[in-house]
Amino acid sequence: MQDALFIHRLHFGFTITYHYIFPQLTMGLAPLIVILNTLALRGDAVYDDAARFWTCVFGLNFVAGVVTGIPMEFQFGTNWAQFSRLTGGIIGQPLAMEGVFSFFLESAFLGLLLFGERRLSRWGQWAASFMVFLGSWLSGFFIITADAWMQHPVAYRRLADGSFEVTGFSGILTNPWALLQYMHTMSGAGITGAFVMAGAGAYYLLSGRAPIHGRRFVQVGVIAGIVFSAAQIFPTGDMHGKYMARVQPVTMAAMEALFHSGPGAPLVLLGQPDVEHERIDNPIVANKVLSFLIYGTARAEVRGLDSFPRETWPTNIPLLYFSYHVMAGLGTLFVAIMALAASLLWSGRLFQTRWMLWMLMCAIPFPYIANSAGWLTAELGRQPWLVYGLLPTSAGSSANVSAGNALFSLLGFMGVYALLSILLLYLVQDIVGRGPERSPAA
Amino acid sequence: MNTVWFLLVALMLIAYAVLDGFDLGAGALYPFAQTDEERTMIFRAIGPVWDGNEVWLIAAGGTLFFAFPLLYAASFSGFYLPLNIVLWLLIFRAIGIEFRSHVRAQIWRDFYGMIFFVASALLIVFFGAALGNVIRGVRLGPDHYFFAPLWTDFRPGPSPGILDWYTVLCGLVALAILSMHGALFIAMKTEGELQARMQRVGGRMLPAVVALSIASLAATLSVRPDLLHNYGAFPAGWLVPAATIGSLAGVAHFWHRRNDRAAFLASSAFIVFMLCGAAFALYPTLLPTTTAESNSLTIYNAAAGPRSLVIGLFWWVPGMLLATGYFVLVYRLFSGKVSTAASDHGHY
Repeated sequence: MQDALFIHRLHFGFTITYHYIFPQLTMGLAPLIVILNTLALRGDAVYDDAARFWTCVFGLNFVAGVVTGIPMEFQFGTNWAQFSRLTGGIIGQPLAMEGVFSFFLESAFLGLLLFGERRLSRWGQWAASFMVFLGSWLSGFFIITADAWMQHPVAYRRLADGSFEVTGFSGILTNPWALLQYMHTMSGAGITGAFVMAGAGAYYLLSGRAPIHGRRFVQVGVIAGIVFSAAQIFPTGDMHGKYMARVQPVTMAAMEALFHSGPGAPLVLLGQPDVEHERIDNPIVANKVLSFLIYGTARAEVRGLDSFPRETWPTNIPLLYFSYHVMAGLGTLFVAIMALAASLLWSGRLFQTRWMLWMLMCAIPFPYIANSAGWLTAELGRQPWLVYGLLPTSAGSSANVSAGNALFSLLGFMGVYALLSILLLYLVQDIVGRGPERSPAA
Repeated sequence: MNTVWFLLVALMLIAYAVLDGFDLGAGALYPFAQTDEERTMIFRAIGPVWDGNEVWLIAAGGTLFFAFPLLYAASFSGFYLPLNIVLWLLIFRAIGIEFRSHVRAQIWRDFYGMIFFVASALLIVFFGAALGNVIRGVRLGPDHYFFAPLWTDFRPGPSPGILDWYTVLCGLVALAILSMHGALFIAMKTEGELQARMQRVGGRMLPAVVALSIASLAATLSVRPDLLHNYGAFPAGWLVPAATIGSLAGVAHFWHRRNDRAAFLASSAFIVFMLCGAAFALYPTLLPTTTAESNSLTIYNAAAGPRSLVIGLFWWVPGMLLATGYFVLVYRLFSGKVSTAASDHGHY
């Protein structure tokens, strides 16, 4: 049974991590496409081309997001049947709302944008891209409310059979955890969109393939990039962290690998946690900074893992610690990269500064890593609970699905996704190779 | 309230069958398109709408999840194997559609077209077999859970598998109906040679649809004789099968008159009424059992708490009105024949 539980968890972890490659880009690109379409309203054909090019990239990612997303919804039933039965009345609502309010909107207007260009006026096109943006950001919101309820359950009561029922739906939609996590997640997606756009522009500039379009991509990408990277740390990351330290203090202690309680808690910058001996190997720490970050004063007492019974500790503290540090470290790096690029843009030297363009181009994969690491932090930090403090993870999986059957589908997904990755890389190369200019033959 | 949600979930699944049905059917007919240009026309006909149609499956799944959590939990985990296969097929089908348009070498275009065809046809058979499983029932335990193997002895006895002769027959019925449905859709959306061929294909499918429907009806009554209970209790229910026959006659009538649009609408009505008939026969059961009657999942023992169900209506109704609005808008904008000119169809 323990075996089956592990495979069910790996199953969800693997498929959700792979899935999130796509929505983070679509949610990140959606507002940028609206901006490009807004700029195109003045009649500049280059922005028209740019909007069309990025809509095409969006479309490909949207389809990949849909076909890897349906398995996510279905997996609640297939692999987490007990969880679905107990929480369906609550978790099912935002999931159904995502389909009803966001995906219909997004798919309908994306179809219009991709196929109906000739049938839409310039303003019609702008409106369609705005609807796609609305749909994609709404879908993010509904998913976050579902996850936030698992992290910090509110507005529920338990029925006689142990299942959860909603007591006030507005309570679920206005869960403070949801609002904080939503802002943090969306600005994370915005970082991915901005880095991809800026990086692609840098590629077109460096290769000389389409310098005029490349400049616009870099410009829009860098400006959006500095806004989102800054917002990711302050206020969204800061607020989310402080709130988390209040409602999931044991998670915060595990993320920071703070084994011992005390005043003036240090912030660990580097070092590997040794949970067995409750210490950090070769640590580099910033003294008292953790106390300051959480409570605003360097002397504040922060509760370490020793203040909590062991069975409430997150189950994989090293992975949680690394995920969190990768996320936070990269997030800091993004601000530095974008601040540098923005200052060069401001002084008008960015397009000639080849090392900066190289840096932007090579930075493309890192927001993906940071976003995945962020989600790992959130979900590993929730362990050992499915619904925090109420429903243990071990009580949620499908008892009727054996370890062997779960492994069968896990291996199947690994194979299908490996193939999908190869094909998508080929397609991305093809789209990038065709370039953003409107070619008469296309 | 439980009945309301039974109707709403049925409505969404029926909408999915009609809408994604025609693009799945178009995929199953893909080999009938003979030139690369004709094949491209098929993609252009379904291009702007197919992923929107697929959203009905997602939305129906989510609605089922929250309205009937126990049904969602029990059936999705019990149908674990076929559901995962369906998910992979959906991925392959999307790969076929997206990639064919992006490659230029003929052999790769044919390759992705073939993936699209195989995945579409298999999906139809699986969906038909899924419906067959829901009608026939599964081996539900006292806790309402089960785990169905892909097959056992191919007989719909007390411990059936996903595939037995009855559910395979249901799969073939679905293949015939959606092929006809898809052919009528492509005929409606195209001109010339391809339109004429699709009209012929649609016509040839008609007798197959009639024969297989009768066979499956007879098989259903032999496997689950008690399904007539609701029809006995509410004789007005017989209007549904009457309407089913009527709409199929409509398909034949309009096909003869070469009125593609009306024939397609009649075939949509046929699918709607047929599934309504099945839903009417099942009600209030959601998933029948082959074991003790009390193990069956019904709209009463599988539903979410009463409060959740009431709250759900407040967003479902306006949300679906909006969604219907988008669909009307999109289908109106893309109504009429697809053109052979290259520039009007995005990257297809």
